[in-house]
Amino acid sequence: MQRLFTRTFLQNNKSIAYIAAASFLVLAMLLGISIGTVNVPIIDIIRIIGSEIFRLVPAEPIDPMQATIVMNIRLPRVILSGLVGASLAIAGAAFQGLLRNPLADPYTLGVSSGASVGAVVTLFFGISLPAAGLFTLPLFSITAAIATILFVLFFARAIDRTMRVETIILTGIIFSSFLGAFISLMIALTGEELIQIIGWLLGSVSMRGWEYIGIMFPFFIIGSLLLLLNARELNALSFGEERAQHLGVNVARRKLVVLTAGSVLTGAAVAVSGTIGFVGLVIPHLVRLLWGPDHRHLLPLSVMAGGGFLIVTDLIARTVISPTELPIGVITSLIGAPVFAVILVKRRMGRR
Amino acid sequence: MLELNDLSGGYAGEDIVRDISFKVEEGELFGILGPNGSGKTTLLKIISGLLPNSNGELTLQGKPLTVYSSKELARVMAVLPQHTEQFFSYTVKETVSLGRYSHKKGLFQTWKENDEETVQKVMKQTGVAEFQAQYIHELSGGERQRVFLAQALAQEPEVLLLDEPTNHLDLSYQKELLDMLKKLTNERKLTVISIFHDLNLAGLYCDRILLLEKGKIVSINKPNEVLKEERIRAVYKTSIQKQYHPEVPKPQLFLIPEDQEQRKVQINESCLRITDEYISLSSEVYLKCMSSGVTGSGTGWFQTFVNRHVPKTYCCNNHLEEMSGYLRENGFDPSETIGMMTAVILEDVSYRFFEEESFSVFIVVTAGTGNAVDASSSRQHEFMQVPGTINTWVFVNGNISEEAFIQSIMTATEAKVKVLQEMNIKDRLTDTLATGTSTDSILIAATQTGEMLQYAGTATPLGKLIGHGVYTCTSTALKNYLRRGKQ
Repeated sequence: MQRLFTRTFLQNNKSIAYIAAASFLVLAMLLGISIGTVNVPIIDIIRIIGSEIFRLVPAEPIDPMQATIVMNIRLPRVILSGLVGASLAIAGAAFQGLLRNPLADPYTLGVSSGASVGAVVTLFFGISLPAAGLFTLPLFSITAAIATILFVLFFARAIDRTMRVETIILTGIIFSSFLGAFISLMIALTGEELIQIIGWLLGSVSMRGWEYIGIMFPFFIIGSLLLLLNARELNALSFGEERAQHLGVNVARRKLVVLTAGSVLTGAAVAVSGTIGFVGLVIPHLVRLLWGPDHRHLLPLSVMAGGGFLIVTDLIARTVISPTELPIGVITSLIGAPVFAVILVKRRMGRR
Repeated sequence: MLELNDLSGGYAGEDIVRDISFKVEEGELFGILGPNGSGKTTLLKIISGLLPNSNGELTLQGKPLTVYSSKELARVMAVLPQHTEQFFSYTVKETVSLGRYSHKKGLFQTWKENDEETVQKVMKQTGVAEFQAQYIHELSGGERQRVFLAQALAQEPEVLLLDEPTNHLDLSYQKELLDMLKKLTNERKLTVISIFHDLNLAGLYCDRILLLEKGKIVSINKPNEVLKEERIRAVYKTSIQKQYHPEVPKPQLFLIPEDQEQRKVQINESCLRITDEYISLSSEVYLKCMSSGVTGSGTGWFQTFVNRHVPKTYCCNNHLEEMSGYLRENGFDPSETIGMMTAVILEDVSYRFFEEESFSVFIVVTAGTGNAVDASSSRQHEFMQVPGTINTWVFVNGNISEEAFIQSIMTATEAKVKVLQEMNIKDRLTDTLATGTSTDSILIAATQTGEMLQYAGTATPLGKLIGHGVYTCTSTALKNYLRRGKQ
């Protein structure tokens, strides 16, 4: 009863939810910039950002070394991990709503593996499209992600006409394994790109710099906007496709838009940071538990919570056994899996 | 409102329903019936636009269904599914509000006042307003079904399609839901097309019924025409019997279970018990009865029969309640007992067992003529509810038809009148020959086993036995009564 009351209270106060999620994101960013081998006090961060970005004249002179650390290393890293976390979380939220299953996420559906194959192929063959330039890798990743999700759905439909969620997820897992083997094959065959590919595969947001943000940002905006504009449709779709059709949703079109947008987000995230698991699974679930399943709020709140979450995770990854950096994907799984297990157990208990 | 012309369709390449043509008018409650696998759900899915039709035409409000966009269609037609799964815990209001989706336009869809009004109105209509802040998974099956009905109604549709809406619902919710739909068709001119599993519910509520068999129309007409015994037997391949609902002129069908023939028993003297207060007869099995007793009157199945002695001064405002109380005190269940009253001394009862080759009757009569009346001039009498003075019980050890029941009553009455005439019993007021007393009661009960006896008129074997039996017993009982009067 207590829990019910808390939930109702939290859900009825959507503005509180937004303030809480935004505070979490800002706090995570400040901590992410502040902590490291060289600690930068939060007040200095504010002054540096104020002067470098907003061109305010600081009252006291700024330490140029601190300014370099903040502007060239920490800030881009924090923003990139924020964008990746946000993209994975909102994509996960959308996939879960569309497939009506909290176990659906870019990883279980095979989308991430698809994106990885696209990226690895690009690295392995050293492909670079002159017209796309820097965008070659994300474009290949995203294309492979979309191709994978379409293929998974096509395959799932072929074996089960009603497209039960279980079938889709099983198909996704089968594809994941298959594509994983494909990646292993390329790693075995590769020579000099080995380090590059392995490092990329483990997942990291370090030493990426501003240009990676430039690559990621347009896809993040496009993908998120498409999903946010389909929040109502996702609400209807989470009652089942037939129900959504009867409520007036153009299911075929909306489903394609959501799947494409989710794949764009996943593909772009994988392209810049490698495979980082569990964010798309845990964050939407947590947000839904706290503030309800209405996608009009679930999606933006997942963006903030997911961004903040990955920034904190990255912070832990690089500080816990400093100066060695752990792969960020390892940390997300270490945190994410137990949290997910707890949520699952609680849900089971609650149902009884 | 909705018209189908030579429509065929189904799943990829295989037509499940074929050559369907019908028209549904505005405000009609239209039922679709058929055995499992007859194509009911497929037909509904084609009508709702989920499945394409391979042949023929389907028009809604004069326009082909295919010209409607998803949203346009949802504004005209709503669907209440048989069962909706919930994966995430939305609140009731959030769920109902989704029904307004089709009325929203543009990128930035705002919640307007009339949306809120509509949602509140339909939640009140369906009785879910009180738990609008609760989560749907916390509700019972019946409440949940009403939430989804509210969602469908929030679309403000003109046509509502339902797939076995009463499935999984308790009896009271079934009635509630259908009463509500009936009201909506009457008041809002909503057109309702619904699949029914239960023939009797369909018979009770539908204006017209479509009966499907193997994807084709068998019949489409008023419930009474469609639900014909022969037709339902053939389509559903089971034995049923049709009767009318006791309260409303609607057909009801009854299943006849196999191997449930009544145990063969014989009603005779051994079942009878006579005390100073009452005469009772108990049967081991239920007997099919038609009677004019105080309790258990009309037709029905009963096991115990009581003829109770009351003083001549018996007067009671609510004799039914008083009689029920009396029966209960004496260990009889009033709802299972046919109870009669008499002022006659019970010793004077006359009973006898009469036997024919394949059937028999057992007759019990208590008779008195204290307020004998000539039925032809009874208008001169003032009405007085006094305990009956000739109570006739006829137990038939045989299987008799409905008409035989009625003929038995006629035959028994005629025999009774004959006795009164022969004994020269007069109506004191008019001084003419009496035909009975003002409060006579009769009971015909049959074991419904053995030979089928179709008729009981005076010329039939059963009629002859009843006529002779009632005549004999009534004479004896009356003689006993008159002798006692002289003493």
